[in-house]
Amino acid sequence: MPHDPLYIRVPESELVWHPLDAVTLVYHRRSGQTHIVMEPVPQILSVMQDRAMDAPAIAARLAEDYELPQTDAAAIIGARLEELAALGLAERVSPGQADGAEGGP
Amino acid sequence: MMHELRIRVGPAAFRIGSAWRAPVAALERLYAAYPTPSYCDYTVRLEPARPWRRWLRPSVMISGDYMLPDAAPLPLVQGLLAAEMGMNLQMALGWRRHLLLHAGAAEKDGRALVMTGMSGSGKSTMAALLGESGWRFLSDEFALLGLEDGAVHPFPRLVSLKNEGIEALEQRVGHQRLGPRLRGTPKGDIRHLVPSHDAIQRMDEAALPRLILFPRFGEARAIRTVPPSELFMRLTQASTNYVALGEAGFAALTRFCETVPARAIDYRRGEEGLELIDQLWAQFP
Repeated sequence: MPHDPLYIRVPESELVWHPLDAVTLVYHRRSGQTHIVMEPVPQILSVMQDRAMDAPAIAARLAEDYELPQTDAAAIIGARLEELAALGLAERVSPGQADGAEGGP
Repeated sequence: MMHELRIRVGPAAFRIGSAWRAPVAALERLYAAYPTPSYCDYTVRLEPARPWRRWLRPSVMISGDYMLPDAAPLPLVQGLLAAEMGMNLQMALGWRRHLLLHAGAAEKDGRALVMTGMSGSGKSTMAALLGESGWRFLSDEFALLGLEDGAVHPFPRLVSLKNEGIEALEQRVGHQRLGPRLRGTPKGDIRHLVPSHDAIQRMDEAALPRLILFPRFGEARAIRTVPPSELFMRLTQASTNYVALGEAGFAALTRFCETVPARAIDYRRGEEGLELIDQLWAQFP
């Protein structure tokens, strides 16, 4: 069975966060771009810290603090991770690159 | 350049050079009360499109430190407009000392009102009308938001009145404060208005913002609250240098959006717009 892809987010020092009513603004110092993101993106980036994680592992971690949909939480998070990678806020890594990677259950 | 004029408008100093006397003479009359700087931030040049076009159906090319490569030349009778467009271009493309918002602004009670919106929304006319109705005119085109102090810094250049705005102001100010009516420009009829003596004298006095409005002229009277997130998105589009300023621009704009209430207002006539502004201004002490 294929593994879920692992992602690592950009270091915290590259990001400036600013919640503004329903959205969160994220200024990315390296690219100079401002991203406007909504739930669950800030929460996903927050639990990732500096570890490589896959969608099921992030879903399990988020489920400790939030009520997630029972069935497709990992799929939703997987789609957001792909978007984050496209924005340059996360990077897909191979299991060999990710020391101490956290995989899903 | 054969003919030259130096003027300072708020924090920006311009040198305007021209191959013809007429545009410089028109600017000298209208900018007579403005300070003459000892150094200049920008140079704007008004030159013939081709050497022989200085005399034959003369047409003005705008050039300067910052240029648009495909800008179309204007006829010489619109030389005053060409100079103004050249100055705007330098600000829009070159200015880095403030967050530049494409907006009009006026001050009352020591605090600033900012008005932004699409071209033709009426913000220029409204800024000019406020300037003749007990407010201090700060700008009709660019609101300069301080990166450190968060204040609106005046940029009281000549007001570029368009179409209906011309009649509205002709009824209120004397002809000595108005430039010639420029007919058939790319933006319709244009007439320049010299801001009030007070607005020019106090061009170095900034004011903290109290309210931002998105006026829309010609619609049935309405007021709508604009949430901070929508305000942020709209203002990144209304700024010509947000991206260039990097993190300093992000910090200035997020602070502005978090602290300044925003409303979209629709009005049918200038008087109705002024009434709405007075009503909202009283709500945000």
